[in-house]
Amino acid sequence: MRNWFKSGAPWIWLTAGSVSISLIAVLGVMAMIAWRGLSFFWPAAIHEFEVRANDGSSQVIIGEIYDSEEIPMQRLRESGVVLDGYDEETLTRVLLKVGNREFVPLDFMWVMEPQIVRDETPDTLAVVERSKDGNFYGYPLHLLENGERVASTDLRADIQQRIERAVELNEKAADLQQSDIGAINFQLNRYRLERRALELKGELTDSEIARIEAGEQQLRDDYQVLEQQLFAYREEASRDSLVVRDMRGVEVTLPMYRVLDITFPNDMGVFSKVGHFFKQIGKFVTENPREANTEGGVFPAIFGTVFMVLLMSVIVTPFGVIAAIYLHEYAGKNAITRIIRIAVINLAGVPSIVYGVFGLGFFVYMVGGTLDQIFYPEGLPSPTFGTPGVMWSAITLAILTLPVVIVSTEEGLSRIPSTLREGSLALGATKAETLWRIILPMASPAIMTGLILAVARAAGEVAPLMLVGVVKSAPMLPVDGNFPYFHLDRKFMHLGFHIYDVGFQSPNVEAARPLVYATSFLLVTVIVGLNLTAIGVRNHLREKYRSLEH
Amino acid sequence: MSAPTRSSLGASNMRLFKDRAARVGVTLGGGMVLIALLLIFFYLLYVVEPIFRGVSVEGKHQFQVPASTEVVAMGMEEQSEIGFQLTAGGEITFFALQPATGTNWQPGDVLLQEQLTATAPTAFAATQPQNKRYAYALEGGLVQVVAPKFRSQFINGQRFTNPRSVLEDLEQPLVLDPQGRTVNQLAYEYSGDSALLVGVTADNLLLVNLLQASRNFLSGAVEMKSRFTELPMTSPIDNVLVTPNLRQVFVRHGNRVTVLDVSTSGKVTERQVLSTDKRKFGDITVMKLLAGANSLMLGHSSGSITQWFEVAGDDGRRYQFIRDFKAGSAAVDEIIAEYFRRTFYTVSADGTVGVFHTTSQADLYLDKPEQVSAEQLVIDPRANTMLVRNDSGYHSFKLENEHPEVSWSGLWQEVWYEGYPDPQYTWQSTSGSDDFEPKFSLVPISFGTIKAAAYAMLFAVPIGLAAAVYTAYFMSPGVRKVVKPTVEIMEALPTVILGFLAGLWLAPIVESYLPGIVAVIILVPLAIVLFALLASRLPTNLRNQFTDGRAALILIPLVILVGWFAFELSPWVENAWFGGNVREYITNELGITFDQRNSLIVGIAMGFAVIPTIFSIAEDAVFSVPKHLSNGSLALGATTWQTLTKVVLLTASPGIFSAVMMGLGRAVGETMIVLMATGNTPIMDWNIFEGMRTLSANIAVEMPESEVGSSHYRILFLAAFVLFVFTFMFNTLAELVRQRLREKYSSM
Repeated sequence: MRNWFKSGAPWIWLTAGSVSISLIAVLGVMAMIAWRGLSFFWPAAIHEFEVRANDGSSQVIIGEIYDSEEIPMQRLRESGVVLDGYDEETLTRVLLKVGNREFVPLDFMWVMEPQIVRDETPDTLAVVERSKDGNFYGYPLHLLENGERVASTDLRADIQQRIERAVELNEKAADLQQSDIGAINFQLNRYRLERRALELKGELTDSEIARIEAGEQQLRDDYQVLEQQLFAYREEASRDSLVVRDMRGVEVTLPMYRVLDITFPNDMGVFSKVGHFFKQIGKFVTENPREANTEGGVFPAIFGTVFMVLLMSVIVTPFGVIAAIYLHEYAGKNAITRIIRIAVINLAGVPSIVYGVFGLGFFVYMVGGTLDQIFYPEGLPSPTFGTPGVMWSAITLAILTLPVVIVSTEEGLSRIPSTLREGSLALGATKAETLWRIILPMASPAIMTGLILAVARAAGEVAPLMLVGVVKSAPMLPVDGNFPYFHLDRKFMHLGFHIYDVGFQSPNVEAARPLVYATSFLLVTVIVGLNLTAIGVRNHLREKYRSLEH
Repeated sequence: MSAPTRSSLGASNMRLFKDRAARVGVTLGGGMVLIALLLIFFYLLYVVEPIFRGVSVEGKHQFQVPASTEVVAMGMEEQSEIGFQLTAGGEITFFALQPATGTNWQPGDVLLQEQLTATAPTAFAATQPQNKRYAYALEGGLVQVVAPKFRSQFINGQRFTNPRSVLEDLEQPLVLDPQGRTVNQLAYEYSGDSALLVGVTADNLLLVNLLQASRNFLSGAVEMKSRFTELPMTSPIDNVLVTPNLRQVFVRHGNRVTVLDVSTSGKVTERQVLSTDKRKFGDITVMKLLAGANSLMLGHSSGSITQWFEVAGDDGRRYQFIRDFKAGSAAVDEIIAEYFRRTFYTVSADGTVGVFHTTSQADLYLDKPEQVSAEQLVIDPRANTMLVRNDSGYHSFKLENEHPEVSWSGLWQEVWYEGYPDPQYTWQSTSGSDDFEPKFSLVPISFGTIKAAAYAMLFAVPIGLAAAVYTAYFMSPGVRKVVKPTVEIMEALPTVILGFLAGLWLAPIVESYLPGIVAVIILVPLAIVLFALLASRLPTNLRNQFTDGRAALILIPLVILVGWFAFELSPWVENAWFGGNVREYITNELGITFDQRNSLIVGIAMGFAVIPTIFSIAEDAVFSVPKHLSNGSLALGATTWQTLTKVVLLTASPGIFSAVMMGLGRAVGETMIVLMATGNTPIMDWNIFEGMRTLSANIAVEMPESEVGSSHYRILFLAAFVLFVFTFMFNTLAELVRQRLREKYSSM
């Protein structure tokens, strides 16, 4: 035994155990995010419970099972809960999502298992997804048109059809509001700024005023027309409503213009569930958030993240590649090279929040403030570039990811056999030509790898963005149909910040949690996917050059 | 590669030019990295620097304003364009301080002069500066309150300010003494419609009259209810002061200050008598309240100023000596408090002016401003103009004193803040009220940073290093090729996700399964060693299956199983030993505070984030130890374990050190995990069940709300600078060690 300890075998096993723990941690976390994130889209069964309290009164509760936990009875007894005829040590209780937010005090409810006397999953129970107040659970009874009851033979088909009509009208209205009315507002603001600019220059003549006012009047007239149309759509959309019986047994009338979808999960086969699953994922990726980000999709966050990251790539790639070429091809073995290498390592190691602070102070307030004074004096005192925005975020993250591109590119350069360079030089090419024609094309996969890693890093970074441009809800995307189409001064939404904001700042954390898991899953998939791609490209490259050397 | 020469390139100047241009361009591009780093460094420094600047005083104008009697008070309006003086004879004079736009004022031009009292006043009093009122005691126990006001107009976007007639707004004199006695000392303060008047008669009688306004519900008229008290005093009174909340009166007689409480019903009770150390500080010469009216400042004949405020003790809240300042050696004639900040100014008998800040214990300035001997001094509401008066007239000075509340000692040493029982390290940057004393101690948040990093390293270093050693030394290339990237993928996981999981998933689990967590820490290593013992008893052909690093994969189900078992055990342990609720047990029985989001959570979550950094660098270091060293050791008869500990680890130790340093650098700067997994309370306690607030999280929380250019903003930049320097040191050290190691290996 003692010899065995002396041989070091247990310690070796312990080191092996650390590897196991690390692997479990990585894979476990990813599996959990995937499971929790994806199960959000799977249509869960809706239960109808009858719960009997100690005093004999019973209550019907309808909802999805959200979570369950086992708790020691001791703790319950301490908090004054007594269960007659239940003597086990522990007790299981389930968390139900009961929805119907406007009629119940809390849309989540704990139910203790021993108190459940009846548990059913009737096929006729429906989940009504709404644009306001969250889901509604209940039994659909009949339809109303202009307040009159509609006789229908196939209720579900009729409901579906009318929902589609309402959704279509709502979309038309939203479209009108966003693109056409949005454009008018944008142009009105343009006129206001133009007027102010002329005033500042002292060129605001009567003819100019007349021209601007005529333009504004024209826009206002257009607006009147559009507004009429908008009201007409809304009027039409509010024609129908749906009567549903909820868990209290009360018949509730739900206006159809708030209904987005209706499903009967208890009546679904596996295939329709799979279909619904993918439909929900599609909606999540393409729709706008609702209810203070706790429901709906994450499209603006995806868009904002992608746009910012692309902008950053455009900035970081040339600088990173040039710096790597300098370090590998031009720099001599001297103190300055050493210092630059240390600078690269330090840029990689400086906490990201420091970049945020620097970006806010230097880019936003100093550079942005100066730009405003020179180019946008008409907008002052409200800043144009002197406030956090997508451009500053991209530049800040470009500095942050610079070392990633440098290190990766340099590694690629060092793998290119020097014989190739020497051959090129021997044939009479200049160094610049060798670089441009031979080295860079060969190093392009390495540059690609660096860029992918940089993008992956930038997509997951949140702390600096909180200071230089990210917001919880951006009404306008940084790209739209109004000239100049790209609005680099606008603030944007970001997946990572969305997770922080919804998970920690939202008023109803419990309801938003599945959505946060889904967002996390999306982000993790993208980032791990990018990293795996980068690793793949790099390995492929290594193999390729290894064969070149021999 | 030798540089191509002109001859080898033939005659093409264009190609040569391009080559040169490329060289210059690329070199500049390479330098950009260095420039970027230097830019960050110097920009942070540039923003931080003003907080350590002293006070600068620059002379502006010199002028004279006639006064028929002695000047008892001076003041300025917000823009420092107009000043005014009040004389003992009851005359107010408004005068121009500087040439204002749109007027032809010269400094010293009298703009308005009014006689405010019909008879000669017998005493004078001023409220706290931000209350902007003055009072004259008249014959017959009456008090005339005076409020100088200004009228601002905007014409074509230009602002014009003019004094308003005080006489027109003058209200009826208030009655201090219903019996009509004349006072020769007066103190006055008001709060809303209520006012407190205190007077001293020639025969040392202290008259206190609390005037409370009450609105008659029927007629709507405001009635003044008077609550009058008189107190005979034994010794002659030199000075009387009233607090703006109308609850306390300070009476100075010689070297003693009596503190009187005034109840809401007007009852006056003596609370405390302050006496100063006469040998140390000399006689008391002057008494003033600081902005916020929590601190009493006493000037002394030795040139010292002492600060006193109420501290809660066994026998209630009592005034206590806190600290002293030294304004030269001449007696302090005047103390002038600023409007909102805890800065005060002194005028000494020899004409020197001193500027001090209480919280930061800073002596900001002590001199005669541009050789001007001061007799009287006043500060404008924005504290950027100082008006000094002496025999030759007025001197106005431009004052730059942006950040008096910050000093090096205030940031890093214990400070006794107003109302606190003892000196403390406190971070409390903002509050709702205007006269709040900001508490900028970087110690608690630096401590939080170190605490978070320490707990994370406690978790990450053993696992990360052990895993690195095993992967590099024992694993076959095939397994290693899979395991290494898998662990490194962890580094790519966004920290916001780790923070979210830690805060919303891990924290509740740890709270309800605390014994399970402890059990995991104990049981997992035990189970592994036991399993190893079992494995060593197996037949050789089976045992050989565990080589080549497969042990790590075989252990995965075991670790999961033990973990599951530990969690199943948890409720049982909880019931058996901790009365069914560990959390309550810890709080009640052990007396340890327990937060749900605590250091344990941060340690695990941030450890998780740091493991891949440590693993990756340490693994590289161990793996690149030349094989002939370990082979030689093995050939000489050492066991694998001996070879590992005595040869491989020793050779790789600089690399391992640099891995730990890099890990530490990452843990120190990590923001999102600590932001989401702790309660972000700036406390100083190593307790694992309490949270912390780190430098980085503090920046993330407070930066968006801080006003650009304020002391708070600059201190947050200082926090960022501190982080920058911390990580710069760790990273540079690690990189230098690594570079040296690489050279060493290449020579082996």
